[in-house]
Amino acid sequence: MQTKKIKWTRFLLETALLVVLFSLVQYGISTRMLSQYYQINLTSMCINIILAVSLNLINGFTGQLSLGHAGFMAVGAYTAVIMTTKMDYPLLAGLVGAFLAASAAGFVIGVPTLRLKGDYLAIATLALGEIIRVTLQNIDYVNGPAGISGIPKLTTWAWLYGAVVLTILVVVNLINSSYGRAIISVREDEIAAELMGINTTKYKVMAFVIGAGFAGLAGALYGHYFYIIKPETFNFMKSFDILVMVVLGGLGSTTGAVIAAIFITVLTAALQPFPEIRMILYALILIIVMIYRPQGLMGNKELSRQTLGRIWGARR
Amino acid sequence: MLSQKRRKIAILIMMVFMLGIIAGCGQKAPTTEQPAPAAGAINVGINVELSGGVASYGTNAKDGAILAIEQINAAGGVLGKQLNPIVRDCKSIADEAMSVSAALVGDKIVAQIGPLVSGNVAGSTPIVTENKIPLIAPAATAANVTVDEKTGVTRDYIFRVCFIDPFQGTLMAQFAADNLKVKTAVVYGDTSSDYAKGLAEYFKKTFTEKGGTILATEGFVKDDRDFRATLTRIKGLNPEFIYVPGYYQEVAPLIAQARDQGITVPMGGGDGWDSPDMVTVAKAAALNKTYFTNHYSSQDTDPKVVAFVQAYKAKYNKEPDAFAALGYDSVQLMVQGLKDAQVADSVKLAEALAKIKNFDGITGKMSIDANHNPVKAGVIIEFKDGKQVMNSRIQP
Amino acid sequence: MQELIQQLVNGLSLGAIYALIALGYTMVYGIIKLINFAHGDVMMVGGFVGFFSVTLLGTNIAVAMLLAMAICALLGIIIEKVAYRPLRNSSRIASLITAIGVSLLLEYLTIFLIGPNQKVFPETAFTVKAYNIGGLSILNKDVFVFVSAVILMLVLQYIIKYTKTGKAMRAVSLDNEAAILMGISVDKTISMTFAIGSALAAAAGVMVGVYYSTINPLMGIVPGLKAFVAAVLGGIGIIPGAMVGGFVMGLLETMVSGYGNSLYRDAVSFGVLILILLVKPTGLFGKDTGEKV
Repeated sequence: MQTKKIKWTRFLLETALLVVLFSLVQYGISTRMLSQYYQINLTSMCINIILAVSLNLINGFTGQLSLGHAGFMAVGAYTAVIMTTKMDYPLLAGLVGAFLAASAAGFVIGVPTLRLKGDYLAIATLALGEIIRVTLQNIDYVNGPAGISGIPKLTTWAWLYGAVVLTILVVVNLINSSYGRAIISVREDEIAAELMGINTTKYKVMAFVIGAGFAGLAGALYGHYFYIIKPETFNFMKSFDILVMVVLGGLGSTTGAVIAAIFITVLTAALQPFPEIRMILYALILIIVMIYRPQGLMGNKELSRQTLGRIWGARR
Repeated sequence: MLSQKRRKIAILIMMVFMLGIIAGCGQKAPTTEQPAPAAGAINVGINVELSGGVASYGTNAKDGAILAIEQINAAGGVLGKQLNPIVRDCKSIADEAMSVSAALVGDKIVAQIGPLVSGNVAGSTPIVTENKIPLIAPAATAANVTVDEKTGVTRDYIFRVCFIDPFQGTLMAQFAADNLKVKTAVVYGDTSSDYAKGLAEYFKKTFTEKGGTILATEGFVKDDRDFRATLTRIKGLNPEFIYVPGYYQEVAPLIAQARDQGITVPMGGGDGWDSPDMVTVAKAAALNKTYFTNHYSSQDTDPKVVAFVQAYKAKYNKEPDAFAALGYDSVQLMVQGLKDAQVADSVKLAEALAKIKNFDGITGKMSIDANHNPVKAGVIIEFKDGKQVMNSRIQP
Repeated sequence: MQELIQQLVNGLSLGAIYALIALGYTMVYGIIKLINFAHGDVMMVGGFVGFFSVTLLGTNIAVAMLLAMAICALLGIIIEKVAYRPLRNSSRIASLITAIGVSLLLEYLTIFLIGPNQKVFPETAFTVKAYNIGGLSILNKDVFVFVSAVILMLVLQYIIKYTKTGKAMRAVSLDNEAAILMGISVDKTISMTFAIGSALAAAAGVMVGVYYSTINPLMGIVPGLKAFVAAVLGGIGIIPGAMVGGFVMGLLETMVSGYGNSLYRDAVSFGVLILILLVKPTGLFGKDTGEKV
């Protein structure tokens, strides 16, 4: 039994660990111990984590196969960049705007398409992601295919870390709430859930909207670090990349999504010196991992103190 | 169900893992085939698109650059040292271009060649500027690549060897209005490429300024091969001239199909047309009465060009296109800069590059202007019976 | 009016190519419920085999097409055996990811071996003639593509309806377990399905080469996507649906380019797809079998 005192201690300990981790990396960045190369990859890693965790909410926990996640990322990125470069808002406003805009897009796309099942939903979301990209390519206000460049580098480690922690906290807490249980029931057996009185559409849309919102947040952070965004950046290959992370980590496991996002970022960076065969190796690794561990790294389990305890031969 | 607190700990553990992985990566520097320059070698970074949508352009530019490096090394190198190319793939994505540049900086390059696409050059720009490494763009044509559009200030470390969009579009418009004396035109260009869109924009502007009328603007996208539907519609409008800014992969079938449909009016385009594939795909007959702006002609009888074409064919067993030539010239420009600077130092190299005058490249004689753009003559090439023939040369 | 007919002719040849690719998608989906993203790239490989057949071996176009079909049939069987069979009892999405992996592998292996640049089909492969019928320009290319596609589709229909293999294919897609009970070798049948689907895609690849004169290693991605859309449009898993869907997609694209704004062509195609999915989600020919609780 956990007394209040132990719970409180634990909470302080966790927060302290979070702060320590943040500070360690921040120190590395400020003193230039971590070179630009590592900073760039760290940024990509954080953005990938946000994308993977948010997609996992839709694909993994709700069981809705969405293949257009890059479209939401694009909406968020463009919204934030327009707000900061053309309207002179600060970054925070841009991030909030990005989240809201992407959520709205998620709502608009989610409500009509969530009547579709399985593979039909997949193709619809894929098509919608492409429609977003093609539309952006033809809007002159955002320079069409040239995109918007010269974006000030406003994304810092602090923003990234904060966004990652926020995303994970929100998703994890959502899943552990009554909303989360409803969402998972939709994945497990939609008809049974309906029979039990759960408004499945409401929860599907909820997952979609929240997942899309965080994708938008990731897009906004991306834009303000990598200097330029163009429609091509958010094509279906990007959506696939995110999907790969989610599946590799295990559908339905937030921990898995985080680990896989880290792994894929590191892998692509590690393969950089081998440009000719990089894609071939990447493809082979994908195929082999899928054949030998199709449920992904974590399956649908999370890393918890229980599991850790078992691994370390805990006292209990 | 596992409690919230347990989940939070799980996240923490993950964060620690993340840190661990970062630290782990820190043990080994970015693995490269060629580490820090051996005494007597100058590292040159080649950051181009080797995969993704524009892989063929990036590969050709890389091939041209490598050919130049090999020739220079065979002749004794530069400043007594051999050039060491470090080739990386930026996957046609801007953030990867940034990451690759950062890795190359770690490899102590003296300059970076590429990427090709203007957007990807933009991705590299912050890194090379911060680290004071000159970047020579072989084919990025957007005006804001070398000049910050908000402040109007030239970027200190970005240079290019190709035309900028305004130049080519304007040139063709002048040619159409003044030489061909056409009054109406249709623009049918690649809308998925900022290069083509830039050309189209300036063509329209100049053409209308000269009293011409643009009857319609149509578009195709990269990888399109079927243009007949839109061509039928254009035919109905009866323009006297059709401007087709884009790349040869799409333009060649487009012209062939246009002629098939009985569209006989002259057509024009930009340097993206420059490839032997134009003739093999569209066939000589279809290409009559078509013109394009270019830096040079691959059938130029200038001995330098001929030598380049022969060497390229011998090494790679294929004909060079404009990207290959520009990749070659990028390296040659850099070498000229190194010789002028007399030291393999990136800052001095940048200063030297900015001052280069009358550099004799295979894509033309060029001088670098205040905006780090090459001032070089443009040529209008005409296809006559499948051969590229120079129609006129326009000095800027 | 003449322009309309011209557009129709254009749309039909484009549609024929989409139809051939769509057939492969739909057959594979019908039998193992997998969206084979690598299918477009099999089409690309077929195109290249045809190209090398014509340039290196000096064959004529018909032989080149048959050779491409044979080799890609083999390729399809190998892919199925190595990459998809181990995952048959796992989740659908794992197979999907593997399919993406195979797609990337085919593309970049080709680039590695042959280079990323496009290859041009030589004149000798297929000399183009134009027939002028009442003001319409119909090229013999159009006729070749359309007629070959129709022939192949008829052959396919025959196989499905009247041969034992075809019956087995239908049985397995209807009810896997019952088919096993009936003594049908599910593994062989699935292999056969992949073989036939891949052969059709290869034929499409050679046609693309002939029709547009060029092929390149990344040419399978976009037509693959559009053909997949076509298959879903017609009702995925339903063979006549894929044929109709292919032609519809081809005509739609041509019409939008011809009469609408060519800039938004792709968006409109996708938009119509979504509309159909919302109105009749199982596709034009699909039957809503309802879900059993």
